[in-house]
Amino acid sequence: MSAPGDHPARVLVAKPGLDGHDVGAKVVCRALRDAGFEVIYTGLRQSPKAIATAALQEDVDAIGLSILSGAHLPLCEAVAAELSEAGIADSVRWFVGGNIPEGDHAALRDLGTAGIFPTGSDFEEIAATIRRVLDEVPV
Amino acid sequence: MSRKRQPELAPVVWESGIEIKPVYDASDVEASGGAGDIGVPGQFPYTRGIHPHMYRQRPWTMRQYSGFGTAAETHERFLYLIENGQTGLNVAFDLPTQCGLDSDHPMAAGEIGRVGMAVDTLADMEEAFADIDLNRITVSLTINGAAAPIMAMYFAMARKRGFELSELRGTAQNDILKEFIGRGTWIYPVEESVRLVGDTMEFCARNVPRYSAVSVCGYHIRESGATAAEEMAYGLAIGRAYIDHVLARGLAVDDFARGISFNFDIHGNLWEQVAKFRAGRRLWARILKEDYGAENPRSMQLRMIAGGGGGGLTIEEPENNITRGATYAMASALSGTQTMALCSYDEAYTIPSEHAALLSLRTMQILMHETGMCDTVDPLAGSWFVETTTNEMEQKILEIMERLEREGGIIRSIAEGHVQAEVNRHAYELEKRIRSGETKKVGVNCCKSDEDAPRPKVEFHPYRVEEAEKQIARLEKVRAERDADAVASTLERVREAAASGENVMPSIMDAVEAYATGGEVCSTLESVFGHYREPVSF
Repeated sequence: MSAPGDHPARVLVAKPGLDGHDVGAKVVCRALRDAGFEVIYTGLRQSPKAIATAALQEDVDAIGLSILSGAHLPLCEAVAAELSEAGIADSVRWFVGGNIPEGDHAALRDLGTAGIFPTGSDFEEIAATIRRVLDEVPV
Repeated sequence: MSRKRQPELAPVVWESGIEIKPVYDASDVEASGGAGDIGVPGQFPYTRGIHPHMYRQRPWTMRQYSGFGTAAETHERFLYLIENGQTGLNVAFDLPTQCGLDSDHPMAAGEIGRVGMAVDTLADMEEAFADIDLNRITVSLTINGAAAPIMAMYFAMARKRGFELSELRGTAQNDILKEFIGRGTWIYPVEESVRLVGDTMEFCARNVPRYSAVSVCGYHIRESGATAAEEMAYGLAIGRAYIDHVLARGLAVDDFARGISFNFDIHGNLWEQVAKFRAGRRLWARILKEDYGAENPRSMQLRMIAGGGGGGLTIEEPENNITRGATYAMASALSGTQTMALCSYDEAYTIPSEHAALLSLRTMQILMHETGMCDTVDPLAGSWFVETTTNEMEQKILEIMERLEREGGIIRSIAEGHVQAEVNRHAYELEKRIRSGETKKVGVNCCKSDEDAPRPKVEFHPYRVEEAEKQIARLEKVRAERDADAVASTLERVREAAASGENVMPSIMDAVEAYATGGEVCSTLESVFGHYREPVSF
């Protein structure tokens, strides 16, 4: 999170792929907003390219991907590639939440995720983790 | 006056906003509107159930949600469920099918067969239902945005197998309005989407009259955060919206209203659910009779599938969900449901394993065969508490419906995103109440056996690239072997019908019989209707 006086950190919450379960994503949007973030929500069925474009245009500090269908590995891989393509892979940290089996955590970290929030994660923990990660890397 | 000191009792208020007294008597029933509407089972206003003898005559249908991978694999799972005593099938489709995309569409990558079966063409439908007696096993298709081509494929398959469409029973979910609130498999803008639902309703009324063309889902609205009263109010309002739409086409209400059934959710307070269903049944009957002038009792009867309860399940101590499921199923039986489906205990974090799905089926069977749930009709009737809260719930539901009307109606409210924002606000508030411990969840914020207990392993059926490739190969084979001219000309007729306002279903039937794909039909419609733009409020 930015230092006091700076603009609040901006987070893009995104639903990649075809999964229509958006209760969690929207609830996290509200929780992050209440925790002091500026939150932008993409809505459903976003292509990885559309997410990277939105991140660039909205000048966000972080992206939260919400995936419950089980397709997190191919989708995160595609989003990571699009972030590189857009030239913001180093300046934008991305997180993933939803039905994420533990067995896939290592693969997601290899893809570059800055944090994983499985179903049932605590709001405070999500906000605190994003804040900590953003503090580590000056953007 | 009693000299005894009254104990300080903490207030009890249901999620729907109804305050509960520690003790009820006859005066409470009177004060809440009286006992005049309790009536007789099988008679207007159907408070006590839509059949005179309910489960004594015919127990509820058990119809678990299932389907995954290819049609061949889903077919095997269907046979397994039927062998184990399931009396209906509730078909899950994969996300590409639900969103109107063929398996070889770029957005389908990684999703083929993952959360349900992949259906690209009539050939898949034929394989999935091969040898299944469609007169004996009633089939429910969980399809919404892409309902028109998928229903057409189902009807075409049934006709090819020699079943008379005029006799065919079953249900399509086909409730697009709730998809805009929760679940999200919309394709076209709101108005055009409702028109498509109208086309399927009209087509069924004329050609497949015993088929339930729409199953209005309060279920997903509640799963998205709505209270029990809101679930029923939004559900009934959506039902009204479809009726208004079809009436405007010149059909009489009794020609099609029986084709509307409902799908409701059960979790949380058992009594609140019971009141919700008894009140909802009564309200629906009254709306049909008094507002729409229906004369056929079947038009007035709220038929439903009730159960599920995914929103009440927890990933913490997941085996507790088996117990929760049993209470949800009991609430469903006590509420007079026609069909029951139960989420499996692992459904909070994955697609149900075969073992977990069987446990859910067994839960419903234990209720049916061991607990006396089928002994008598509406066993809670006449309870001062139940009748009072049924009256109060009816008032609550009516108030929400009237507010919706004042605000321009459900279609407008959905198109502008108000319902979605309201429902999500509730979801967030509930989540905060659970975090704070105000709303108790066993194993989550109270009664935890072990603070450091490991969370259950979340596992998915591994995504099988080779099965996905098989599906794509199958699609390519059908494309190569079909009569390309027939496909092109029938799709052109679909486009013309969509543009002219003529009912699209007959031309879609022709197209899918020529083995046009679901994706081709949907993109043809989209070329006329355009794409929905989601109001991204939260």
